Amino acid sequence: MATTAPGSPEAAQSAGRLLRFDAVARVAHWLTALCFITLIATGAALYIPALVGLVGRRVLVTRIHVDVGLALPLPLLVSLLGPWGRALRADIRRLNRWIPEDREWLRRARRRQPTASVPTGKFNAGQKLNAAFVLGEMVVMLMTGSVMHWFNFFSNSWRTGATFVHDLFAYLLVAVVLGHVFMAVTHPEALRSIFTGRVSRAWARRHAQLWLEEVEPGSREVPGLLSKEPASGVDASR
Amino acid sequence: MKFVDAREPSGGKPVGRRVVFGMLGLGAAGVVFGSSVSRAVQDALSSLGSNGSSIAGLVPGGGYFQLYTVTGGYPTTPEDYQLVVDGLVERPLKLGLAELGALPALSIVRPFQCVTGWRVDSVHWTGVPLRHLLDLAGLAPGATALRFFSFDGVYTESLTLDQARLPDVLVAYKMLDGPVSREHGGPVRLYVPEMYGYKSIKWLQRISVVDKVVPGYWEDYGYAVNAWIGRSNGYNGAGIS
Repeated sequence: MATTAPGSPEAAQSAGRLLRFDAVARVAHWLTALCFITLIATGAALYIPALVGLVGRRVLVTRIHVDVGLALPLPLLVSLLGPWGRALRADIRRLNRWIPEDREWLRRARRRQPTASVPTGKFNAGQKLNAAFVLGEMVVMLMTGSVMHWFNFFSNSWRTGATFVHDLFAYLLVAVVLGHVFMAVTHPEALRSIFTGRVSRAWARRHAQLWLEEVEPGSREVPGLLSKEPASGVDASR
Repeated sequence: MKFVDAREPSGGKPVGRRVVFGMLGLGAAGVVFGSSVSRAVQDALSSLGSNGSSIAGLVPGGGYFQLYTVTGGYPTTPEDYQLVVDGLVERPLKLGLAELGALPALSIVRPFQCVTGWRVDSVHWTGVPLRHLLDLAGLAPGATALRFFSFDGVYTESLTLDQARLPDVLVAYKMLDGPVSREHGGPVRLYVPEMYGYKSIKWLQRISVVDKVVPGYWEDYGYAVNAWIGRSNGYNGAGIS
């Protein structure tokens, strides 16, 4: 965590914070989150026996689940497909591409070693995995959910198979969403940036060194923080 | 398409895309082969002797009952529960649990097959054959079909008289290893072995003999009125059973 105490030297230096998520990305995030929360809640009310008994109203709950499920990709699609989606499209590209440092970051994270010394771009390997996983989830859940809902068009065996995959991926989704929320609440400045859009330079220096270097060449300098010589030059003279 | 920000590092392998496609591949394989995988999971779990509300019910493809209810909550059993048989009958009936239990009973072991694809093998059922109840009440002229009403009348079902007279159609008060539980539709539910589970109405409150088939709850949402397993609801051929 790199929260900056007001009045500290870092705070003074970071006047004018960096834009991490523009309004389009933030709105897309929260609308997608709202859909996912609704889907998890209604899905649980259709699936977990205790909740089934508590909530009942199967037709209504199914209807909400299916409608919200169909709406799930819309916030992302509408945000991406338009002139307003420029920054978000660039973020998607960043999330897709892995540099060698990302593998190193992941290797260390898996061994529970500190990752701070591995230079990362705007997103670290964990965030990249999370993004890819959520996108994969969306497509798989839409596919299998469609087979379940329009079952008349599919074979008996596919319907059972789709139900099996839908259930299994729902468990995975809940696990990853819980992990996502855990990371968010334990990293308050990163969390704040999905509300306000902005992060401090001190945060970027610690969590997104290569990105900081990219948007403000020469501003990434933290003596002793980097154990490994980064790919591009470091301004060591501030 | 190029959306590349001028400052964007262009290098790097498209790992994200590979993860997404990998998940799609797994998902597609699961749709195609999932029914056999789910079957294997089911066999493995049944060897553990899963029962009641055990964890097996939460395992995908776990081969246990998914519990459905269309109204809020599972109803509690009233002390003075009475099953009503009325409509086009000569002698309307009101039967308490003790009276039902005193009638000649039939015990069978048959699977429960849901139209959505899940199924539970070898379920023990005990109850009064529906045709005995119809004989007891005596049919009045014009009787051709039955309507079934759940405790609050929201969930309904239907059978033709011929379907209702099949020897193994039960007004069941025992299921699995004991009395039909609240979740499973107790104290009394219907069990129609040859039809999909939605015909086996839970919390059975009233059976009304009528002059024509009135489609039941799910049937109003498009499910088949004649819900033969493997021969309705888009299934054809051998079905699962």
